[in-house]
Amino acid sequence: MTTEEISRIDKIIDKYEGEEGILIQLLLDIQQELNWIPKEVAERISQRLNIPQSQIYRVASFYTAMSLTPRGRHLVSVCMGTACHIRGSPRLLDRITDILKIQPGETSPDRSFTLNTVNCLGCCALGPVMVVDGKYHGKIAPTEAEEVLKNYD
Amino acid sequence: MSEITLQIDGREVKAEEGMTILEAAQSAGISIPTLCHHEKLEPYGACRICTVEIEAHGRTNLVAACLYPVEQNLVVRTRSEKVDKTRKVLLELMLAHAPDAAALQDLAQEYGADKARFGKESSFCILCGLCVRYCAEVKKKNAIGFVDRGTRREVIFIPEITSKECWDCKECFPLCPTEALQATFLLTKALMSPSPPSAPESEE
Repeated sequence: MTTEEISRIDKIIDKYEGEEGILIQLLLDIQQELNWIPKEVAERISQRLNIPQSQIYRVASFYTAMSLTPRGRHLVSVCMGTACHIRGSPRLLDRITDILKIQPGETSPDRSFTLNTVNCLGCCALGPVMVVDGKYHGKIAPTEAEEVLKNYD
Repeated sequence: MSEITLQIDGREVKAEEGMTILEAAQSAGISIPTLCHHEKLEPYGACRICTVEIEAHGRTNLVAACLYPVEQNLVVRTRSEKVDKTRKVLLELMLAHAPDAAALQDLAQEYGADKARFGKESSFCILCGLCVRYCAEVKKKNAIGFVDRGTRREVIFIPEITSKECWDCKECFPLCPTEALQATFLLTKALMSPSPPSAPESEE
């Protein structure tokens, strides 16, 4: 990590110093800032706030909102819930893995995309649904996936 | 401390307020099987093998004896059809993970648990948390911890702490009811050895 990155992280940690029960919020802030939680950051939090590393890894590995590996600039989530499934989300996912050349859970080598699957987004009437950076794309046919992803690089 | 009288397996047992059913039973010489319990550690209630049937206010319920505090006039049954059946299924689920674990064999025989009932899922760990809690509560080193969740949950050593603390301690090894812990330690050791300064995080 660069000194600039370290000072950015330290600023986030400063906000929570001396408080209890803040680990989740702190990790979410760091996830937002860096798009992942590097090992060095886990060590830094452990030192500064006196939280065991094991606890940091336990929390960071538990929540899907946090990542211990670098995430891409764009997060693509494909819904695999029951409704989306029967409306053809497996074929949509196949198409997306073809386009991005990564499997669910993976990040493209240039860190442009991270692909994952989710189990229900709560808008089953729109199925099959894919979400890119928080924007919902409903009733997406496999052939339309490329059109959607073209807008992101 | 006020004294409480309760009934365990038909016997009157005296206990103090704040004790758990397990402690009360042990003081009266009644044995309840345990796997994740350790006297030096806080009760955890992970393995549920100490499940007992209680009767209070006209209802029966299954509770973990290592966590449930004693109550006045509580009726406890440490063996009943319901309890035995519950323990049997719990053992079968644990045996799917650690079919050859020594600590499970006698219990499996006693409760008639079939180790082949569920498909093998050999992680060799039953997630009792003894090692994790011992390291955190007694040794206060936190060299070992849980990661991930659900079916992927597992125990890992933190390599940086392990390389400093674990060689001369290893007190968690004999606590492990399966042999998973040593295997995890050896894996961590192997991953640490070649190039310690920049060894990648062993999450997998």
